[in-house]
Amino acid sequence: MFLGAYGERLAGASVAEQVAWKELRAQLVRYAGILKPMLSRRPPDLGGMSLAETSALGLTALSLKRLGKEDMRDFLRMLLMNVADVLDEQLEDDRLKGLLAFDAVLSSHLGPRSPTSLLGLYYRLTGELAGAPGAQIVPRGGMGQIAAAIASSAAKAGVIMRSNAIVNKIRIENGRATGIVLENAEEIPCGLIVSAIDPSTTFLDLVGPRELDTGFVRKVKNIRNQGNAAKLHLALDRPPEFLGVRAEDHRGRLVIAPSADHVERAFNPAKYGEFSTEPVMEITLPSLSDPSLAPDGACVLSAIIQYAPYRLKQGWDAGKPKFLKIIMDLLERYAPGIGARVRHAELLTPADIEARYRMPGGHWHHGELQADQMLMSRPVSGWSGYDTPVDGLFLCGAGSHPGGGISGAPGLNAARRILAARS
Amino acid sequence: MENIREIPSHSTRLAQSHFRTLRLPSPFQPRIEALARTEDWYDWAGYKAPNSLWDSELEYFAIRSQAALFDISPMVKYRIEGPDAEACLNRITLRDVAKLKPGRVHYTAWCDDEGHVLDDGTLFRLGEQNFRLCCQERHLPWLLDSACGFDVRIEEETEAIAGLALQGPTSFAVLREAGFAGVEHLKVFDLADFLHQNGTVTICRTGFTGDLGYELFVETKLALSLWDRLWQAGEHRGLRAIGYQALNRARIEAGLIVANADFSTAGHALRADRVRMPDEIGLGFMVDAEKGHFNGRTAIIKARQNKTMHHVLVGLEIEGNIPAEHAIVYHRKKREVGLVSAAIWSPMAKRNIAIAGLSRPFGDTITDDLWVEIYAMRELKYERLMKRAKIVPRPFIKLDRRAANPPADF
Repeated sequence: MFLGAYGERLAGASVAEQVAWKELRAQLVRYAGILKPMLSRRPPDLGGMSLAETSALGLTALSLKRLGKEDMRDFLRMLLMNVADVLDEQLEDDRLKGLLAFDAVLSSHLGPRSPTSLLGLYYRLTGELAGAPGAQIVPRGGMGQIAAAIASSAAKAGVIMRSNAIVNKIRIENGRATGIVLENAEEIPCGLIVSAIDPSTTFLDLVGPRELDTGFVRKVKNIRNQGNAAKLHLALDRPPEFLGVRAEDHRGRLVIAPSADHVERAFNPAKYGEFSTEPVMEITLPSLSDPSLAPDGACVLSAIIQYAPYRLKQGWDAGKPKFLKIIMDLLERYAPGIGARVRHAELLTPADIEARYRMPGGHWHHGELQADQMLMSRPVSGWSGYDTPVDGLFLCGAGSHPGGGISGAPGLNAARRILAARS
Repeated sequence: MENIREIPSHSTRLAQSHFRTLRLPSPFQPRIEALARTEDWYDWAGYKAPNSLWDSELEYFAIRSQAALFDISPMVKYRIEGPDAEACLNRITLRDVAKLKPGRVHYTAWCDDEGHVLDDGTLFRLGEQNFRLCCQERHLPWLLDSACGFDVRIEEETEAIAGLALQGPTSFAVLREAGFAGVEHLKVFDLADFLHQNGTVTICRTGFTGDLGYELFVETKLALSLWDRLWQAGEHRGLRAIGYQALNRARIEAGLIVANADFSTAGHALRADRVRMPDEIGLGFMVDAEKGHFNGRTAIIKARQNKTMHHVLVGLEIEGNIPAEHAIVYHRKKREVGLVSAAIWSPMAKRNIAIAGLSRPFGDTITDDLWVEIYAMRELKYERLMKRAKIVPRPFIKLDRRAANPPADF
């Protein structure tokens, strides 16, 4: 069991394992720290870098150098490794390795033994909360409260926000974005458009390929954006009781991933267009910390389930009920009696996520967050600086560097970029 | 949402069998082989094509004083059809396709995102929603990817359609004699369908010679009978079959450029500085910045604004009579400023002419004191000549008969 910010302390493992983990964690945090500055800035523009940008990149090189010879060598050795090999080198406990392997491949079409899968763990550790690397929280009131907080702070700044206003089209005149057209045909003229919508949707549906160059459209169409994770929502009569988990620990994050091999085996079918028969999952019970989410005594459960490939061979219409049954059977094993408490169940497959959130492929990061779609290759090479081939149109969502997760980083970088372009 | 991400399966007929034969025979091969005395062949887009047939010099004069038949079947041909065909081609190519009326042809070019020319070619508007694009290079993947979001069907028809260029002062007379009634109504860049046996032949008044001439397109299975029909009609009008060398002389006189000879196409260039924007190879006139978005528009307009076009293509007249093929161009005999890509002694213009690519500002604002360095091989020794070159307008020759209406009969 992890305690504190991403396993600052480890419980339930041998003393030797605790020491080994402490060392590995320190090493991973150190290496993630080198990558971190890359994430908070816009990706290096290899074509034309300003002095400030070049020196910032230089500082990253310097921090690499400062690691010392041994550490630097190890950093470079490990950078594109698979997470399972790294864990096998340094740890013994299958349960711990299973958890770390799961976190590394969360949301991606990778198994723990796929090359570069360690990057996912670094990515997680570059996030921080109040200075604690890797720390994550669920805000009181649920994730929706983040949006509400942004809305209220924007309103305070005099911003007029409109929700439930679905954009159907971005108007282009003479290569410049001049306005948007809503679903109800209302037109809103704009001087500047910043889109947090999936890049494929933004360009192929809202702007339209006719207003773009063929090479760019080709790149956008080639974004690897097929999701491999499903989301489960359960409304329960009463909170579930997971075996071997203390009552107060139900408030944390519960991960079902018994070993790295188990995660790998769960991944195998996904390679061939089939869902996992023994899925791995991350479960939270947000209503335990925030009772306002469920009426008295009831409970909501939210889980991310892997693997659920977007292009399911049998199709999701046929596959979804079967996959839900597999998940519920699995949950029953870990929390006996949970099935009888379900009042309502909702499973969102990548196909559902695609339809509901206009994300082609249903990938919640708006595209795989892997080495080939990071930094200056996100969302596509040549256009990683938040600006786009269309004047007056910028991107600021998960499809842009540094990518998904609720970090606000793409938005922050985009805002800086837009302000810099103005001055 | 799905349909614009998928390439429609019916629009993918590649010319896929070309690699099976070392050099593919053209549909006219039996007739051409029978006439080939020099056995001088070259590879044109995978086809066995004649460089010369009996004497390239005399073949050239057949173009200028009689009529010449040149097989253009190896030319890469695409059919573009559908309600959005015009819009799609407008997005791909530089000129405004809306201005191209059915029954007309125009010379155009197309670019990649960076505004670098991928190829030039002729676009035939066969009907309101029906086009044929003819060019040097193969572009099917590019065209299909460019069709994303358009209701259009694109098919390669290189192997299905045979083509002949009939060029020269008696070319109209040959067609009339062959019984193509109404062909006299065709003005330059007009096209029309004519009956041939149980099918049709599309005849357009176009060519690559700067002379009076026509191009004929027909289904492969009607190819030989069309050849025979023309051959018979041409018997008393000096009709001769010709190879590429003769055509090349004529096209240089006409000031026309050839992809991957006078400029490197963006798809072929390996070195970053070899690609060219339209304005750098004399095709700037095609760019219609007013017509709406097209591939490379943003890049071309930006390069024009920032004046970052580094090259210019010019016609040169060179003193003396030694062709300056691939000669280096100098300013003040010292500074290297460009290269001649094509050159001949022009029998029609009676001038030593060349097409050259120069680095700006030479050829642009600095046009005086240009020289070419010619190495003439004379009995195993190079004679090095430094000859004065003058920039002159293209075409190098203008023949009234090319556009005369009605065309001259013989």
